[in-house]
This record gives sequence, C-alpha cells and structure tokens, in this order.
Amino acid sequence: MSSYLTEGPTLRQWLTTTDHKKVAILYAIAITLFFFIGGAAAVIIRLELATPQGDLVPAQTYNELFTAHGVIMVWFFLIPSIPSVLGNFLIPLMIGARDLAFPRLNLASWYIYLIGGVGTLWGMLLGGVDTGWTFYTPFSTMFSNSHVIIVVLSVFFTGFSSILTGLNFIVTIHRLRAPGLTWFKLPLFVWAHYATSIILVLATPVLAMTMVLIVIERLFQVGIFDPALGGDPLLFQHLFWFYSHPAVYIMVLPAMGVVSEIIPTFARRKIFGYRFMAYAIMGIALLGFLVWGHHMFTSGMSMYAGMTFSLLSFFVAVPSAIKVFNWTATLYKGSITFDAPMLYALGFIGLFTIGGLTGLFLAALALDVHLTHTYFVVAHFHYIMVGGAVAAYLGGIHFWWPKVTGRMYPEMWARVAAAMLFFGFNLTFFPQYLLGYEGMPRRYHSYAPEYQLLNVLSSAGASILAIGYLLPLCYLAWSLFYGRHAPSNPWEGRGLEWKTLSPPPVENFSNPVVVHSHVHEVAGEGAA
Amino acid sequence: MSLTTIDDAGRLETVRLGMWAFLASELMFFGPLLLGWAYGRISMPDGFAWASRQTDLWLGTLNTAILLSSSAAMALAVQLSALQLKRQVGRCLLACAALGVVFLLIKFYEWHREWAEHLFPGPDFAGPAHTGAPYFFVVYFSATFLHAIHLTIGIGVTLTMWRRVHKSLGPLPQPALHAAGLYWHFVDVVWVALFPMLYLVERTP
Repeated sequence: MSSYLTEGPTLRQWLTTTDHKKVAILYAIAITLFFFIGGAAAVIIRLELATPQGDLVPAQTYNELFTAHGVIMVWFFLIPSIPSVLGNFLIPLMIGARDLAFPRLNLASWYIYLIGGVGTLWGMLLGGVDTGWTFYTPFSTMFSNSHVIIVVLSVFFTGFSSILTGLNFIVTIHRLRAPGLTWFKLPLFVWAHYATSIILVLATPVLAMTMVLIVIERLFQVGIFDPALGGDPLLFQHLFWFYSHPAVYIMVLPAMGVVSEIIPTFARRKIFGYRFMAYAIMGIALLGFLVWGHHMFTSGMSMYAGMTFSLLSFFVAVPSAIKVFNWTATLYKGSITFDAPMLYALGFIGLFTIGGLTGLFLAALALDVHLTHTYFVVAHFHYIMVGGAVAAYLGGIHFWWPKVTGRMYPEMWARVAAAMLFFGFNLTFFPQYLLGYEGMPRRYHSYAPEYQLLNVLSSAGASILAIGYLLPLCYLAWSLFYGRHAPSNPWEGRGLEWKTLSPPPVENFSNPVVVHSHVHEVAGEGAA
Repeated sequence: MSLTTIDDAGRLETVRLGMWAFLASELMFFGPLLLGWAYGRISMPDGFAWASRQTDLWLGTLNTAILLSSSAAMALAVQLSALQLKRQVGRCLLACAALGVVFLLIKFYEWHREWAEHLFPGPDFAGPAHTGAPYFFVVYFSATFLHAIHLTIGIGVTLTMWRRVHKSLGPLPQPALHAAGLYWHFVDVVWVALFPMLYLVERTP
C-alpha cells in the first residue's frame, strides 16, 4: 500500500490536493515561514531593548516591529498552528475517518489563509503598521499614517480560513466518527479541537466585522469609534476583545489536547479523570466568551461590570486547575520516560500554570491598575502563548513526527532543543514579570536605565530561545532524509492513529475501523 | 471500503449541519452591527430617533414583502426537489433570484435618494446637530450594504443551483439545494431583523 507522501508527488498535485494529511503539511510549511518572519521582528525588538536608549531603530520602526510581531504570530502562526497542522492531520485518523467532511473546503481554507498572509506581508513591505496588533481606535482609523487598511483586510480575510476550518472540524467530529466511537470515547485531543472549533466559528466573525468597521471609519471618515465624529472607542475595545480573549483559548485549548495525549503515553497510564478533562475543556471554551472585559478595567467601565468580569475571569481558573491536577495525577505511579515530547509536555504544565496564575493577578481589579500596560502583561501572555501553546505545538510535532513523515527524529538533539527552549524561555520572560511589576511600560523603545539589567537578561534568554527554535528546523529536516524508519507505533500509543502505517496510506486505514472499548484501549480492526 | 466517508447516505445531513454552523458564524458576523445599533439607541436617543425616522418606510415595507416572497419561492423549490419535479424547481429558483434582484434595485434607488438628501454622514450631512444622527446612518448604510452583499451572493448561488437543476439528467442535487435554501432564508431573516430596527421602532407614537 502506498503512503500518502508518495501518491501524487508533483508540486501541482500538492497544491491541488484535498487529502487532509497533505493540506496539514501545506499549513505546516506556511506557518513555519510566518513563525520565523514574526520571530525575526522579535529578535530586532530584543536587540533594541538591550540598551535603555532607542539607538538601533527609530521609534516609528519599533512600533512597526512589535505590530508585525504581534499580527504575524497571533493570526498567521498561533491561531492556525495546532488546529490546522496537527488537528487537520490527526482528527480524521483519530476518529477512523477517510478525510474531513469537506475536503475541498479544507484546501480552500489554506488558500484563504495564504492570501491573508501575503496581504499582511505586502502591507509590511510597503512600510508596515504602527498600531499594535490590537488596532486600537481612533488611532488606527484617524491618526495612524501607516498601512492599516491592507493589514486589517488581510486579517479579515484570514478569519474566514479559521471559520471554515472550525466548521469542517465540527461537522467531521459530529458525522464521521467510526462505528462504536461515542463522544466519551473520543481522545481529548479531539474534544479540545471540538471546543476550539466552536470558538473559531462563533468568535472569529465578530473580529471580521470589527475589521470591516475600522475600514469603513478610515475610508469614509464617519464616526463609529472616533469620539470626535460621534463614535465611541470603547465600542471597539468591547468588540475586539470579544474575539481576542476567546482567541487565547483558540491557542491554548488545542495545546491542552496535545498534552493530554502525550502525558498518558509517556507515563504509561490512562489519563486521570477523562470525563472531567472533557468537561473542563468545554467549560473553558464557554467561560472564555464571558471574560473579555478584563482587558478594559482601566479603559472606563462601571464598577459592577468590572466586578462581574473579574469574578468570571477567576472562574476560568477552576477548569484550568482541574486539567493541571489531572495531568499531574496521571503521572502518579506512572512508568515515566523523558522522551522529547514528554519534556515539552511537562514544560507546558509548569509554564501554563505560571502563566495562568499570573493571569489572576491581572484579573484582580485593584492589582490590574498597577500592572496593566506593563511588561507584566507581556510576560503573562507569552507564558500562555509561547510557554504553553508553542511548546505544545513542538511537543506534538515531535510526538507525531514518526506518524506524519515515517521517520524518527534524533532523540538526543530533540531533548537538547526542548531543554534549551525551556531555559531560554524562562530567561527571556521571567525578568519581564519583574520589569512590569517595577513599572516598565510595554511598547516603548527606550526606557529608564534602572531597567537595563533585567532587559539584558531577557535579551540573552531570547538568543538561547532563537537557537532552540532553529535546532528543530535543522534536525527535523535532516531526519526527513536520514532519520530511522518509524514503525507504526513507536511510543506504544493507544490512539487509533497508531493503528495504521507510518506514514499512513492515502485512505488512512486499509480496513474498516470499529471501536469496541474505551478509546485508550482501542481495538482498531484497521490495524495494518 | 466501509470507512466513514462523505459519500455515505448521510450526505444531506452532513451538508445541512455544515450550513447551520456557517450560519451561526454569519449571525455572529452581524453581531457587532446589532450591538452598535443598541449602543447608539441607548446612549444617543434623540439624534438616533430623528435619523431613524428619515428612512423610507414604504420602500422598506415593500422590500420586506418582496424578500419574504422570495423565501417562499425558495422553500417551495426545496420541497418540490424531494418530488424530483425538475421544471417546477427550476422555475421557483428563477422566481426567487428575480425577486432578489428587484429587492436590490429598490435598495439602490433608496440609497440614491438618501445620498441626494445628504443623509450620508460627512461634512454636508443634512441632519440636526444632535449627536447620534450621523451615527445612525453609519449603522444603517453599513448594515444594509452588508446585507445587500449577502443577497448578491445568494442570487449567485441560486442561479448556479438553477443551472445545475436545469442541466441535471439524474436526480436533483438535494444537499446543495437544501444548503442554498438555508442560506437564502438566513439572508431573509437578517432583513426581517434589520427592518424593524432601522425603519419601525422609532416611529411608534
């Protein structure tokens, strides 16, 4: 049986494929490119901040750099990362399906994503945008002289790629599960993507319309968000965060799904509290829609609204803590090995916990007045998005690399990279908590000299982080040609995806799949 | 090959579920406009109410009737497709698309009049100095324009379906017809919400 990689090998066949596995790889290539472009902006930011004076780039360029970093990393790397690459590849395999429900729509999502990405890069090449990734009004609509419209329209466009991917996952999970694979037998990875898809489908359109309203206000100079013309800037912030807070869960829920597959495999235990893990995922997705106001405590909000948003934000900690405790409990009495995916997963638990708990500092009304708009916020969300989501993405890439490519990655190098990323990450971002607590505001390209020591530490950490990201790029590429051939199930994993060949055949399974027992002891009759 | 695939008998259900998920997304897409409307009405009631009374009630009502009739034609097309009545289905689809075009023509005429009366927000806006009046018209033009774009897409989809029905030799493409029907009704329902919001509610004595 020929693998999906050898079937239809020409460039034209790749670009017109509707195989979910190949579309996943198209996504992987595209988001890797955007990751390193967004990363390059971060490198210049950290170099600039190594000294208190604004000496490397002018202030305007600095604004354009952090905007480019934010826009590219959020919409062109993090949002599509785990869902569009790993989710796309694995969901049909994990539920025993031949493909997603709408394979052509899946390919269309990739092209829409690409058009948005190229549009954004074009805007950056024309001179960039200086509004920050948040596009706050009325600056973005009335005052900024940068290329707001093209970038905003690109983000609008890319949103539809997210919506179509989410829609595809929802329908696939509802309709294409193998006989016997009931909801509470689904792997937590699939649950996480189901919850994420609901957010993608319901939150992304709100951002899309908000972007349209920015374009309308900017083009026609009519008042929606500009108070001088009878609009209200707070309306923009409410709309923007109604999407952008759930967007955090678009990034972190799939990451939780990945970790929930890795931990039981390398602890050789069943996941502890499976049902509660599934409920917690859905709980986080639901609560995530109700907490956007915590981004606006200092922008003007009634005391009662503030208290409500604060309380609801604290509630998010409950399902999050359930997940952390259950992963930890899964390790208890486990027979643990520290392969690279496990290192990433364990790193995730620690970094996510720190990021989550510091989120509670920011959700506390009084403390937020002191911490908001400082580096504390920057550190907090990088712990969630980089320490959490990116670490899980890399963990997942290593974990399923044998399945996707049919090759083993070099274990020693992978462990080195995982360790470098963990230490580099903490060295980069932990000092930023201290900087923020001491009052250093975010988004400034020069700062008071007393902040220099911590900034130098942060920049030093970033250089380790950069090497940590370049390493996997090198050895994973190497392993494509020289890596050991992978068996079907190198980790003794229990999911359905391990029951087929590595790499899987075009049809995913050679025989019909029927699930008899709990998913973690699946009797896949499609064993190849 | 008995892996679950999209060719299974549940194709109709699969496509319908996909369309419902898409429509949920579309509903949220219109959400910011609804919120913006509610915000304007609550926080700038005087100018907002004045502006809202400048809309053309009769043309709005006429258009509502036209769009509801088009939805009836679409519903009929979907129902008749189950009986494989090819010619009748084709006629219903054509009637539906034609009514959609009439709606758009009337809407263009309405916009044209409003533009001539200086109701488009800007330096020579004809309204009173009340805040809220230009804001209403931003919401009005944005919402009706986005609705018109959706309707244009709907007309394109309906005509494509008509071509497929017209040319089909075998059984009618039921899943696609159902999906097109759901989309058309959604566009109709958006108008049914916009009509009272923009034309009616401020006219109560």
